[in-house]
Amino acid sequence: MTAALPLGTTATADYRQRNARRLKLVGLGLAALVFAVALDVSIGPGNIPLADVLRVLVDPQAAEPRLSVIVWDLRLPIALMALTVGAMLGLSGAGMQTILANPLADPFTLGVSAAATVGASVAIVTGWSVIPGAGVFIVTANAFVFALAASLVLFFMTKLRGVSAETMILVGIALLFTCNAITALMQYRSNEVQLTQIVFWTLGSLARATWGKVGIAACLIALALPFFLMRGWALTALRLGDERAESLGVRVDRLRLEILVATSLLAAVSVSFVGGIGFIGLVGPHIARLLVGEDQRFFLPVATIASATLLSLASSVSKAINPGVIYPIGIITALIGVPFFVSLVMSIRSKAA
Amino acid sequence: MTLTVQDLHFSYGSAPILRGLGTGELARGSLAALVGPNGSGKSTLFRCVAGLLRAKSGSVRLDGHDLAALSTRERARKVFYLSQDTEARVALSVFDVILLARKSLHRGFALAASVDDVRAVEAVIVELGLEAFASRDIGTLSGGQRQLAAIGQALVREPDALLLDEPTSALDVRRQLDVMATIRAATRRRGIVTMVAIHDLSLAARFADHILVMNQGRIAQSGEPHEVLAHPAVSETYAVGVHLERSARGTLLVEPYIQVH
Repeated sequence: MTAALPLGTTATADYRQRNARRLKLVGLGLAALVFAVALDVSIGPGNIPLADVLRVLVDPQAAEPRLSVIVWDLRLPIALMALTVGAMLGLSGAGMQTILANPLADPFTLGVSAAATVGASVAIVTGWSVIPGAGVFIVTANAFVFALAASLVLFFMTKLRGVSAETMILVGIALLFTCNAITALMQYRSNEVQLTQIVFWTLGSLARATWGKVGIAACLIALALPFFLMRGWALTALRLGDERAESLGVRVDRLRLEILVATSLLAAVSVSFVGGIGFIGLVGPHIARLLVGEDQRFFLPVATIASATLLSLASSVSKAINPGVIYPIGIITALIGVPFFVSLVMSIRSKAA
Repeated sequence: MTLTVQDLHFSYGSAPILRGLGTGELARGSLAALVGPNGSGKSTLFRCVAGLLRAKSGSVRLDGHDLAALSTRERARKVFYLSQDTEARVALSVFDVILLARKSLHRGFALAASVDDVRAVEAVIVELGLEAFASRDIGTLSGGQRQLAAIGQALVREPDALLLDEPTSALDVRRQLDVMATIRAATRRRGIVTMVAIHDLSLAARFADHILVMNQGRIAQSGEPHEVLAHPAVSETYAVGVHLERSARGTLLVEPYIQVH
């Protein structure tokens, strides 16, 4: 074109402004996350003043050993576990919602977490490993394989015609019931030690956080987020529907499978570390969608940050309700998450009507 | 410099949809209208040309090169198919949606859009007159406005061949004329081949250089609008009578009517 282009229309100004606003929200989200983690570290049994906690964090050498142990060996691993698991669940839920075009999808509602629990309980009780030679990772490996299998079932469901968002959730619930039955069977067969382990899994608890687990989870997030973001434009195209994405040059089936494997891995690892923590992967992405829309370049990171913040806050709540007692965090997220889930279902129904 | 479809066969299961369809040579810079009854295979033809469906046999050549030899990405760069379904309700603005059409082939970490991309989107928004709602989410727009955003995707893409499946079906009278004129101008200016599947025969006659009449998986007749529309093949294809008339302004008007025996 030879004519001078009309640079600087209001549409472009709006676009730039919107991008700046979305970037700012990413920054604000990170700030909120830091605050939530700090709050999480400062709350807990032992009654340590916030100032002391900060002092121990800044200068571990100078602190008295009792404080140092509480902060570094007990509180920090739990707080960072909440952060990383929240991030994994959020990214996993966001990815599932995008590829299944279903705002109700998350590892918990689709039964993927429950399937991972089955895999784990089978490993705990029978010692049978799906992947031979998994060694110390037998529980995680089983959880992953079962989670992936559940995801594949869901993937093939989406290929059937006329499967609505709500139907998918019903299938997820069916999967959940089946998995719970198998887990119950495993519990019935288990000895006391095994039973405690399985109960820990089904409730979802941060109590067994270790620095090792935190490290693995952090690495996984560091790998997964770029993996998702690289596909950001293609994933956004997918939101317009399969056919339009395909004519935009997106290899839809391959993309869906790649994301599904990645989301299963995230879900499986988080379940194998802390058990079934529900609804975080649902609420976090929903907040992200309201804040930044569905441009996946912004949606995915904000969903991750929002979920991590939520789980950190839930972790604080689990310690603050009854000082001295740490409630399993899965109970807290379910109590907060279920009403939210119901209201989300209702809003989808009223839109469809 | 042409798009040529030869002897294309396609079936869904045992039901044949395309039966040896050939378009002849469609020259660059020309706009072809594809008309035909519901279910005659227009969308299937487009999907086969765009590579969304794999034809059983036959060939699609662009400037002499067989498109089947290309990868998905290369093919998507050369051919753009705008599907009939533009209903997606998503929290993406019209600007985002159009920009997406320029970035969808991108894979990697350069997530920001370049100045060129933004400029191209801007030009399309001005060309199609979308300024008033360019910043609104497509989920909040009317069907026609969503369709315009989708047409924006087709224009910003700069392919060699453009296949538009009923691009004006949800548009008001003024927008239909604007969009068809814009598409024709873009076709001439960029020297691309454009095929538009369309039901409105008068609109087809007014803007297309050629009309292809499709019936039962074949091209029943093709040529210049006034010749084709006067041909008995049109009446047979639709089972209607066709009355042609020039308006006082010189426009060819098509009046289909139901014949009473």
